[in-house]
Amino acid sequence: MSAVIDDHAQGHAHGPAKGLMRWVLTTNHKDIGTLYLWFSFTMFLLGGSFAMVIRAELFQPGLQIVEPAFFNQMTTMHGLIMVFGAVMPAFVGLANWMIPLMIGAPDMALPRMNNFSFWLLPAAFLLLVSTLFTPGGGPNFGWTFYAPLSTTYAPASVTFFIFAIHLMGISSIMGAINVIATILNLRAPGMTLMKMPLFVWTWLITAFLLIAVMPVLAGVVTMMLMDIHFGTSFFSAAGGGDPVLFQHVFWFFGHPEVYIMILPAFGAVSSIIPAFSRKPLFGYTSMVYATGAIAFLSFIVWAHHMFVVGIPVVGELFFMYATMLIAVPTGVKVFNWVSTMWEGSLTFETPMLFAIAFVILFTIGGFSGLMLAIAPADFQYHDTYFVVAHFHYVLVPGAIFGIFASAYYWLPKWTGHMYDETLGKLHFWLSFIGMNMAFFPMHFVGLAGMPRRIPDYNLQFADFNMVSSVGAFLFGATQVFFLFIVIKCIRGGEPAPAKPWDGAEGLEWSIPSPAPYHTFQTPPDVE
Amino acid sequence: MMRHPSAWMGLLLWSVLGRANGAWTVNMHPGATEVSNAVFSLHMTIFWICVIIGLVVFGAMFWSMVLHRRSTGQQPAQFHEHTRVEILWTVIPFLILVAMAIPATRTLLHIYDASDSDIDIQVTGYQWKWHYKYLGQDVEFFSNLATPAEQIHNNAPKDEHYLLEVDQPLVLPVGAKVRFLVTAADVIHSWWVPAFAVKRDAIPGFVNEAWTRIDKPGIYRGQCTELCGKDHGFMPVVVEVKSQADYDTWLSERKADAAKLKELTSKQWTLEELAARGDKVYHTTCVACHQAEGQGLPPMFPALKGSKIATGPKEGHLNIVFNGKPGTAMAAFGKQLSEVDIAAVVTYERNAWGNNKGDMVTPQDVLAIKQAQAQ
Amino acid sequence: MNGLSLKRLVLRLLMLTVVMFAFGFALVPLYDVMCKAFGINGKTGGQYEGSQLADTTRSVRVQFMSTNASDMVWDFYASDDQLQVNPGAVNQMIFIAHNPTDRPMSAQAIPSITPAEAAAYFHKTECFCFTQQVLQPGERIEMPVRFIVDRDLPTGVKHLTLAYTLFDITARHPPVAQASAGDPGRAR
Repeated sequence: MSAVIDDHAQGHAHGPAKGLMRWVLTTNHKDIGTLYLWFSFTMFLLGGSFAMVIRAELFQPGLQIVEPAFFNQMTTMHGLIMVFGAVMPAFVGLANWMIPLMIGAPDMALPRMNNFSFWLLPAAFLLLVSTLFTPGGGPNFGWTFYAPLSTTYAPASVTFFIFAIHLMGISSIMGAINVIATILNLRAPGMTLMKMPLFVWTWLITAFLLIAVMPVLAGVVTMMLMDIHFGTSFFSAAGGGDPVLFQHVFWFFGHPEVYIMILPAFGAVSSIIPAFSRKPLFGYTSMVYATGAIAFLSFIVWAHHMFVVGIPVVGELFFMYATMLIAVPTGVKVFNWVSTMWEGSLTFETPMLFAIAFVILFTIGGFSGLMLAIAPADFQYHDTYFVVAHFHYVLVPGAIFGIFASAYYWLPKWTGHMYDETLGKLHFWLSFIGMNMAFFPMHFVGLAGMPRRIPDYNLQFADFNMVSSVGAFLFGATQVFFLFIVIKCIRGGEPAPAKPWDGAEGLEWSIPSPAPYHTFQTPPDVE
Repeated sequence: MMRHPSAWMGLLLWSVLGRANGAWTVNMHPGATEVSNAVFSLHMTIFWICVIIGLVVFGAMFWSMVLHRRSTGQQPAQFHEHTRVEILWTVIPFLILVAMAIPATRTLLHIYDASDSDIDIQVTGYQWKWHYKYLGQDVEFFSNLATPAEQIHNNAPKDEHYLLEVDQPLVLPVGAKVRFLVTAADVIHSWWVPAFAVKRDAIPGFVNEAWTRIDKPGIYRGQCTELCGKDHGFMPVVVEVKSQADYDTWLSERKADAAKLKELTSKQWTLEELAARGDKVYHTTCVACHQAEGQGLPPMFPALKGSKIATGPKEGHLNIVFNGKPGTAMAAFGKQLSEVDIAAVVTYERNAWGNNKGDMVTPQDVLAIKQAQAQ
Repeated sequence: MNGLSLKRLVLRLLMLTVVMFAFGFALVPLYDVMCKAFGINGKTGGQYEGSQLADTTRSVRVQFMSTNASDMVWDFYASDDQLQVNPGAVNQMIFIAHNPTDRPMSAQAIPSITPAEAAAYFHKTECFCFTQQVLQPGERIEMPVRFIVDRDLPTGVKHLTLAYTLFDITARHPPVAQASAGDPGRAR
């Protein structure tokens, strides 16, 4: 545990080291946050380009661009990269940058482990993406990798996939331990738990979720590894195992994972909406409790992903009721955000636009989630494009828009420059239109009967699929534009004051912009 | 909120584009059974509840976005909690959920009651086709995708039922309670017919139960809904629902055919008998590509007359008919034709159009490949 | 710095990680327990301890189903489609297996029962699925399954299906001798 004994106490007041080694060896939370964010954006573009391949193939009926075998690799890699490579590292990056600034800590609690947990990620994804070039191809069994398609019937590259998942898991767990240690041990004097910004609260809960479920994911892939190479039969019916067991263990991880990808966004939006409403967040305490309730419920609803595997009726009813209950704390959150805006003094800068779109579109995703929770109706929705529409409505406007909102909100703090507001708004509107155009029609084709994960479809689904593809291309191209906006902001622009948003609250605005390399060497006073 | 904009957008598109081929369908279909109708009305009930909640929540949001802008000179209020309101918006959604759960529970219990069935069908998922077995009736068959490869590869216009047509549909009588016993032979599949609201995972080693009672005769189409490998998108489900009398006729014909076929496989054939049967098979199954005189349509569809394969060793010839030729339009007929028909058609091709090899492939040879391959 | 020291906090979190990793594996036996309790996935009831007196006031239809895993070439079927049985009585059904190949093979049959609500009330006293089966080239055997339907079977259940899937396990368990090489202790 040498990483525990960190050396920031010696206080090196000098700036960052020069050259490439600054980034390789850095233990500075801001540097590591930056690395995470750039890595995440790279993965977002890569996973997005896979989505472009999918949408290009689905542009019209018939097989045009890729063969079904490769199509399956694209859907699998798109899911894996977006979940583990884009969304999760982006939130870890935001946590690295902002949590020490928000609680008045000089750095993360475990800076060397912080460096290691980041550098595991490029290794993991290099390994994962390289499988695409192996004979037999990369993982082709969906990001949910159900056995026995992912064991007995898997391509040879599955072993690399398992190893990559292990690396990502270790990275996430170390990141989570670091976040918890930082929040619990490094808060400035006077920063009580109930004074923490909600982003810190939601991340604390997210980190506990990560520690609870990432090891279970590691367990399930380890069982796969043993089935494939060491002759066990966890998931093979022939040896007395059970393929359905795989799904139970996977979704025990998988459902909390969904909240891991959304809770930090809840937190960020809970800072942004009050800032641009110029009004304190409504119902801070109930927000904290609602987050806790959602996290707790996430552990007892996993089988709603499995309503059609043949669970006895008692089980179906239990999981249906438990899932519906999630609507209550989620509703509380939405009502709180709306009440925060109510009688505020609203302006609509880019972060606020993304935050408002977050609330509206995430709520739409929540409604379709409620519909999916109704077991008998789920028999019709399950594994159709309705589900694809649902989880993209919670993940794209939820996680991704939450990340965009955060990025615009804190870019002035990170770079010392204001981003170009006009371009930011353009980015928002193009993303908003592209996203809705891509994913809204998926509700229709799903209800009309189009299954997910198919490379070709009947003519009745053709028109909406074409609309979806056009929307997806628009959304995809727009994100390259975001890269341009960020680079422009880094290179120059109107100098940002310490607190560029007049309604913003929090310790991070008490330090100059750009944030100095070392901050809060002496803890600030919190009233 | 889900179906609210969808309905509006659908209506809008409808008025703009007209109803070309019903392609702009925006909603679930009520279906053809009591259960599917119950599920449909449940779906619509929840949808409308969501719409109403959505209107209230988004209405409040837009209200403040319009009236509480800073540009209107609005001074921000400073309230940040209100216990009574917060309790209210915890309790009211809970009550709404209870109201949703009641009909959902009732429908679910009904769906789970598969007792007292009239007909039991074993449905087995294979990579990538369905197998149906009428339990206690000695009738069973595979149901393969019937859409030609040219349509999939855009070399021919696509039919209305593109990717949703099979060579042999599951045939069921109207009005009878049919129980499906769903399982799989390799990976997990999922058997779905939207019009019946029946979707059940087919899991190797385990059997799952579902049932339906269909109100109207007709042809109902669905697809596999669990990713099952390369051709997951190419294993449709087609169910043909007939009147009881037509069903009975169909079933007895199938039984007679099955019995006859079993007898034929074990029978000792002469070359002439096989070639005569092969003539018929050729002219229904092969003629479209390889043409009536075996001249083919080169280069897409090679000639069989005097070809290397049809006049070479019979093992090679049988193999290509049985397994197809990857990357070409030649399908693997081992899964589509009976042993007798494969033996017959290969024998025919080896002896027709001046190929005159004088040798024959017997149904037992075909059976042997089947068994060897299965290992 | 409030609360635990950093070192103790990190150690506890690491312990939690290890515990959760172990919990992932613990889900396997836990799942088995749940399956037994709720009759999920054909985990049938254990030893029958009720009265063996047949309940002649009602009869239950037990249907038999057989499936071959896709790489399995044996012929495998029940000698009859179904039986009408009285709860409490001992019944027998013969399944037939035939190895048409020219090599010895071993196989394992996996049972499954539906409806799930009834699985816990279905007791097998003898079953070929308790062991592996080894068949020599061309060999054909009759394999019995003996079972009792519980007298406590809920009255709503009038119809049971017992399904077997036959898997080829020759590669993993090469046939060693004429007799079945299975582990008779492993009842499912």
